[in-house]
Amino acid sequence: MNILETLGRLASESGFAGFLAAGGWKNLIMIAIACGLLYLGIVKKFEPLLLVGIAFGCLLTNLPGSGLYHLDMWDAYVAGTPYITAAGEVIEHLTFTTVMHEGGLLDVFYIGVKAGVYPSIIFMGVGAMTDFGPLLANPKSLLLGAAAQLGVFVAFFGAILLGFSGPQAASIGIIGGADGPTAIFLTTKLAPELLGPIAIAAYSYMALIPLIQPPIMKFMTTPAMRVVKMEQTREVSKTEKIIFPIVVSAFVILLLPSTAPLIGCLMLGNLFRECGVTDRLSDTVQNALMNIVTIMLATSVGATMVAERFLSADTIKIVILGLVAFAISTTGGLIGGRIMYRVSGGKINPLIGSAGVSAVPMAARVAQDVGRKYNKTNFLLMHAMGPNVAGVIGSAIAAGYLLSVFG
Amino acid sequence: MSEALLHPSVPSAALMAVLGYAVVFFGILLLLVVVIVMGKIMVSSQKKAAAAAAAAAPAPEAAPADKPVAKGTAGELMLHDVDPKDAAMVMAIVAHKLNKPLNELRFRSIKEVKDK
Repeated sequence: MNILETLGRLASESGFAGFLAAGGWKNLIMIAIACGLLYLGIVKKFEPLLLVGIAFGCLLTNLPGSGLYHLDMWDAYVAGTPYITAAGEVIEHLTFTTVMHEGGLLDVFYIGVKAGVYPSIIFMGVGAMTDFGPLLANPKSLLLGAAAQLGVFVAFFGAILLGFSGPQAASIGIIGGADGPTAIFLTTKLAPELLGPIAIAAYSYMALIPLIQPPIMKFMTTPAMRVVKMEQTREVSKTEKIIFPIVVSAFVILLLPSTAPLIGCLMLGNLFRECGVTDRLSDTVQNALMNIVTIMLATSVGATMVAERFLSADTIKIVILGLVAFAISTTGGLIGGRIMYRVSGGKINPLIGSAGVSAVPMAARVAQDVGRKYNKTNFLLMHAMGPNVAGVIGSAIAAGYLLSVFG
Repeated sequence: MSEALLHPSVPSAALMAVLGYAVVFFGILLLLVVVIVMGKIMVSSQKKAAAAAAAAAPAPEAAPADKPVAKGTAGELMLHDVDPKDAAMVMAIVAHKLNKPLNELRFRSIKEVKDK
């Protein structure tokens, strides 16, 4: 055995050699980006539960030779073209079974994203954590959830102008829904090649809502509007809360069948919470199940941030369009709030319109904080929760529409 | 997917965007109607149930004659084996501990708990 030859082979096959190969420097940049995201998640606490996993998935996938995620395999899967394995075997039609045989660990995790399982389960957890009482007490706040979807469609149009394809533009637009699982769900179906940058943009901007929204809220409202104190809403009975998820599921899914996975899971989770006989299930969905799925979702989404795909001008465009989408969605909600302020004769504080973007409960908290800043005796939180949860339904409907058009 | 959808022209993309926003509003509006109707049905059924319960309930019973009612028992406050002075002291202590004026508290019954 020639020791030098063996050592030489080990060195040439090591991941370190991969950095010196053609395009290897891009992996180094991606590793730096992963470290930057880890910093934002751990030190700055930007959506840490997701960002830490996404960043680490990005780190793992960009270590040359790790073989945890195969971009070419998923490209072949989407295109329906043959895939040549590392051993030279040609697989004519890739299926999830062949991915489990041939893929790496993160490929296996990614099956859950590709099948739309993880976003749906996360929606179930969101449903189990959400109290729709404020929405039922003041159903008109549903309209603010619709108004705040403006950014989705403006960003969609902007993306078309910037040269993205229809399905890609739809996936970029949904960032304006401020709903991470919905963005991932739709992007996986329509433009999986953009999943990494879209997920990063969606979650980063959700974390930045306390910075993005207040200046827009100030700009879009007058001091007199900001100090409006809203009246106590009516008490909602337990029966109403139990019937609500059943009615909404049936109604919205019949209206837009493509929303079935998201709305179905959201409302099932809520039914677990409200029906009073499934406390254990509600607890599991809110905690254990959601945490497990979050780990797999975050790492596999991070794994899609492969250097050759992520380091492009498109990523920069997506980041900019995402910010535009968030800002315009907030503006749309505030315009809706202003209209309701006028129609109600000044009884509704338009600030709650900003909570119409999903981002539960962050956006509602921002409405509360801004309201309190201008009127110390004002408590807008429960009033803002109505449009906030309506935003979840609104963004699911927007996603359903885009999926039915481009899916 | 057709080319028109894959690479929509600017006017058709604008139309899709407007249509999409309209669809969201339409869906939410219909949902709003459903939720309002549901709420109205619930509120009216609750009112009916409350009215039926009130009608079916027997008239409030007078204080049983055999129960000892201490001197000083007033209004709805029932004193059971409690001296009015002791009751007044209990009420004052409760008001003090809760840091509430006595006239904002409602006492319904005061009963001495005897050691067995």
